[in-house]
Amino acid sequence: MRPPHDQPTDAAILDIIAQTQSREGPLLPMLHDLQGTFGYVPQAAVPLLAQTLNISAAEVHGVLSFYHDFKGAPAGRHVIKICRAEACQAVGANDLAEATLAKLGLQWHGTTANGSVTIEPVYCLGLCACGPAAMVDGKVIGRVDTGRMAQILEEVDV
Amino acid sequence: MKIYVPLDSAAKALGADELAQAVADEANSRGLKIELIRNGSRGMVWLEPLVEVDRGTGRQAYGAVQLCDVPALLDGTLSSLGAVEDIPFFAKQTRITFARCGVIDPLNLEDYKAQGGLLGLNRALSMVEQDIIDEVTKSGLRGRGGAGFPTGIKWNTVLGAKADQKYIVCNADEGDSGTFADRMLIEGDPFCLIEGMIIAGLGVGATQGYIYLRSEYPDAMSVMNKAIKQALDVGLLGANVLGSGRIFYLEVRVGAGAYVCGEETSLLNSLEGKRGVVRAKPPLPALEGLFGKPTVVNNVLSLATVPVIFEKGAAFYKDFGIGRSRGTTALQIAGNVAHGGLFEVPFGIPLGELITDICGGTASGKPVKAVQVGGPLGAYMPPEKFDTLIGYEEFDAAGGLIGHAGVVVFDDTTDMLSMARFAMEFCAIESCGKCTPCRIGAVRGVETIDRIAAGDATAKELLTDLCDTMRDGSLCALGGFTPYPVMSALTQFPDDFVSKVEAST
Ligand SMILES: Cc1cc2nc3c(=O)[nH]c(=O)nc-3n(C[C@H](O)[C@H](O)[C@H](O)COP(=O)(O)O)c2cc1C
Ligand code: SF4
Ligand code: FES
Repeated sequence: MRPPHDQPTDAAILDIIAQTQSREGPLLPMLHDLQGTFGYVPQAAVPLLAQTLNISAAEVHGVLSFYHDFKGAPAGRHVIKICRAEACQAVGANDLAEATLAKLGLQWHGTTANGSVTIEPVYCLGLCACGPAAMVDGKVIGRVDTGRMAQILEEVDV
Repeated sequence: MKIYVPLDSAAKALGADELAQAVADEANSRGLKIELIRNGSRGMVWLEPLVEVDRGTGRQAYGAVQLCDVPALLDGTLSSLGAVEDIPFFAKQTRITFARCGVIDPLNLEDYKAQGGLLGLNRALSMVEQDIIDEVTKSGLRGRGGAGFPTGIKWNTVLGAKADQKYIVCNADEGDSGTFADRMLIEGDPFCLIEGMIIAGLGVGATQGYIYLRSEYPDAMSVMNKAIKQALDVGLLGANVLGSGRIFYLEVRVGAGAYVCGEETSLLNSLEGKRGVVRAKPPLPALEGLFGKPTVVNNVLSLATVPVIFEKGAAFYKDFGIGRSRGTTALQIAGNVAHGGLFEVPFGIPLGELITDICGGTASGKPVKAVQVGGPLGAYMPPEKFDTLIGYEEFDAAGGLIGHAGVVVFDDTTDMLSMARFAMEFCAIESCGKCTPCRIGAVRGVETIDRIAAGDATAKELLTDLCDTMRDGSLCALGGFTPYPVMSALTQFPDDFVSKVEAST
């Protein structure tokens, strides 16, 4: 069970949307800002975005669902992204990912029961000459082996 | 005493931030006055964090520096690698696009100017549009994003299009596994990209630029935004570029984790706030691009190479290279490799020399089984093809592509069937869904490879057929080129495409 979360109010959502409204093609910046603030894009934002941009809710939903980054629900308190791409595979990324998921009893995109950590796959972090690579709450980490991962998990309090 | 500790992501991933802090703390506790500079990376990732110390007699390099080395580093007793320029991996390079990367403080405009920055732009400001385009055409510069299209010809099309608004879009989506040159350039020399984009704007008559930067690069984003803010503050960007009366604005836009958004038309849709679905061509983006307006879409490296072409002249650049591959290529060597990093050289170096002599073979010490050149859509090359010269046509003739010049090394423990399966899986995950051969074919491809692994040898023919269909029937190179890694694995490593069931019993 995830800890319950407060639903953001329409006013809070509109506040964020208003900040980028005057830009050209503002939908992605708006979605990023919403996710940056709330940790996910609240369902309540869809009709508000549609109204603001004068497009259908279906179109907003289509955009939201196209991109891997946007989440419809909050992730864990910490997000660990593990690179699955070829250069990291060449130095053992598959074993690292399997061991990590097994240790936590998770599938990709899963969140631990205590809500502390979500594991996401990522396809290259540009750290391909020092893989296996990972990103922990936006911070890059290179040459991650299972030992280093154990340390990371300890730091994020799993 | 000046101490350089890189702010590059790869250096950070190996502890550069903690190291910089430790250096500052140690100097402070000793009452030692130092100037701590966060530079870009010199590109020798296996030596990161690579620290340079200048005690007034030139920069001396140390690497890879650990936290426990800090006292010795400040004492001057830590053993040095000498000058970066004398390290063989570096000495063998021709740094043109990356000349300043790792040398300067990336966010110090004075540093930038002291190393040739803005000379190219100043020259371009004195030229008429057609002369600017001709200079680029004469340089022989081709797109570094993958397709290798001549940059001058693309710009000429945009110049010729009449419109009230034109755009310069920089493709910084850098999704290919094994590539990091765009990131290194942005983190290490962001003003160079800004300068290149302004020159592009002057050439084609565009006043607005966008950098579409992938969300996986938060550090690059931060450096780029700081550089743009400074450029606006000092009038390099804005309504009056360097007092010339010319206009150029620039904004960073962040992607959202879709590989296909590196494809230029998908990228434009994404910038417009739409699903990143690929558009059919024609119309060319050069004629109907962003918001339907004429648009230059170029890779980071293509644009960042423009300033030096204007600083030193088209002939200077064109003199490097082989055949129709002119100038230098920023090779990125990654994966299971002893000395991985960025290696800029004129086109024409043999693949094997790069892997074996320069990069020292695998990190594991085991024999190389294959290298994948050109990202997830590039072919696997076995050592038998190591005499292939790095050039667009040369790789094409060898059944491969250089793409964004990522070179990923695999040792002999690699199972090529798994790599082929991954190529199909990746295509299925990242497909934009517009055309059937890719959307459905990639999923069928994974199944078919699983059948081969389960012992169904007839599935190999099916896989070959499927790859033919994907290659011939896909709208873009995601579906169209996924057959490269798959078929190169199947045909060159047949021993791996046998039943995994029997093998394991
Ligand atoms: C699936 C796919 C992904 C691509 N990804 C990138 C990318 O990340 N960066 C890039 O510059 N070009 C990428 N390209 C190539 C672009 O479509 C386009 O050719 C390039 O941005 C043009 O710039 P250039 O002429 O300077 O290379 C990709 C193409 C495809 C089909
Ligand atoms: S090949 Fe794939 S990614 Fe490219 S347009 Fe077709 S479905 Fe989209
Ligand atoms: S392939 Fe893992 S960081 Fe590039």
